[in-house]
Amino acid sequence: MIQISNLTRTFGSFIAVNDVSFEVKPGEVLGFLGPNGAGKSTTMKMITGFLTPSSGNVSVLGVDLDLDPLSAQKQMGYLPEGAPSYGDMTVLSFLKFIGGVRGFSGDELSERIDNVVVKVSLKDVLNQRIETLSKGFKRRVGIAQAIIHDPQILILDEPTDGLDPNQKHQVRELIRTLAKDKIVIISTHILEEVSAVCSRALILSSGSVVFDGSPDELAAKSKFHNAVSVKFTHEYDVMKKLESLANVFRVESDALSGLITIYPETGKTVLKQVNELIHSQDWDVEEFHVEKGRLDDVFRQVTIGGGA
Amino acid sequence: MSGTNLIMKRELGSYFSTPLAYVFIVIFLMMSGVSTFYIGRFFERGQADLISFFNFIPWLYLILVPAIAMGLWSEERKSGTIELLMTLPITVVEAVLGKFLAAWIFIGVALILTFPVWITVNYLGEPDNGVILASYIGSWLMAGGFLAIGSCISATTKSQVVAFILTLVVCFVFVAAGFSMVQDVFTEWAPLWLVDGVASLSFITHFDAISRGVIDLRDLLYFLIMILCWLAATTIVINIKKAD
Repeated sequence: MIQISNLTRTFGSFIAVNDVSFEVKPGEVLGFLGPNGAGKSTTMKMITGFLTPSSGNVSVLGVDLDLDPLSAQKQMGYLPEGAPSYGDMTVLSFLKFIGGVRGFSGDELSERIDNVVVKVSLKDVLNQRIETLSKGFKRRVGIAQAIIHDPQILILDEPTDGLDPNQKHQVRELIRTLAKDKIVIISTHILEEVSAVCSRALILSSGSVVFDGSPDELAAKSKFHNAVSVKFTHEYDVMKKLESLANVFRVESDALSGLITIYPETGKTVLKQVNELIHSQDWDVEEFHVEKGRLDDVFRQVTIGGGA
Repeated sequence: MSGTNLIMKRELGSYFSTPLAYVFIVIFLMMSGVSTFYIGRFFERGQADLISFFNFIPWLYLILVPAIAMGLWSEERKSGTIELLMTLPITVVEAVLGKFLAAWIFIGVALILTFPVWITVNYLGEPDNGVILASYIGSWLMAGGFLAIGSCISATTKSQVVAFILTLVVCFVFVAAGFSMVQDVFTEWAPLWLVDGVASLSFITHFDAISRGVIDLRDLLYFLIMILCWLAATTIVINIKKAD
């Protein structure tokens, strides 16, 4: 378990992280979200022991990071922002170095390397110098070094940045399989990633936590949550009738696409009512779907709106 | 200390996987050859010693050691790999020592490769090989001193060029402290203990003492303490500046 209490970090007069507290339990994949400069990387740097907090405390698997950073770092795998690595080394010698530092040698080391090389598909570039690799490969080398010792805690700062869609998919699959009994924290700008891999989302804005909950809860904050969008084949006189339905908060019609969106009152659904109305009126429907909630919408709402 | 060992090996490997090592060795050997035989007039002097070789070593080191030292930490900070390094289960002390030892060993290798001069002088005459050995040890210790200064300064900046220039200046101060022209500035007004104090800070004073073939514990301690102090300073600087 990772316990973070009242973590604050200032740089001069700038408050990068402001009194952040949360816990992460094994089995959770925590997604750090937030605009650029919200304090995601700074928080990760403090969890991994790279940066000392100005105040507050990080405890990793019961170990206070301040008192014994080394034993906490042994349990962690970390991909720093931008996936830095030694460009003049080959992928193989780099992984050997990291594996050595992680305490492996001989057969066990080669076995571990073989293992991660398969996991993140590095076989083809094993003997290439890292500086000659593409951004996607560099990122994967960074992920490989983070998981080589099968850590209990995995902290990945923008793990899919710079990867193509196939590689993104592969990395997400990897995170999902790794996550079973471990603690995984990833930071990302990509909202779809949160619903794809995370069991919990934490949004930071200007150094403070503005949302902490499951991706579904996040989606539920959207005004689009459970909204129904319909497109009719003909122009019926629908607006009045839809507006008079139970639970309907508002009905919007988009003149350009012809899509009519029916927003429910908070916490209620309108699907059944709309469906019954359409059947009873015998309207022809061209398109019909229920919105789960738009994450980018909520994201803007919580990070610009100053809290939800 | 296995962390030190691993970092040392990695650093040594990276010297030889880039042109740095080869350029350094070739330039060092060429310049030491030129200074010994042309400027130092090795043959014209007609004496079976390596004074004309070791006289120039401090000056060669003054330029070449900062060139090795400049990348020790500034490169690591610039490329962001310091974040990787410092979040691995390795202490800062282990990392500082590992990097320092790798560079020191590398400079030692370059120094050993000057052995043809030693063969030459033994072929031509009968030099005091004890003095020559002492001078080699003194040279290596002095290189360690320069390197430790460079390590600390390299940790303060992300720019290798800045690290190089500052290291060169600081090293020059430590070399020049023993010169008579610097001493003259002090002798006119300063008490004797201050003049002696400044002189005893000089690399040259201690290097010359060792090069005469007299290995005095104080001279050895001077270099070792110098190295340890600057490495301790490196550790402190890294702890403060690593995340900047």
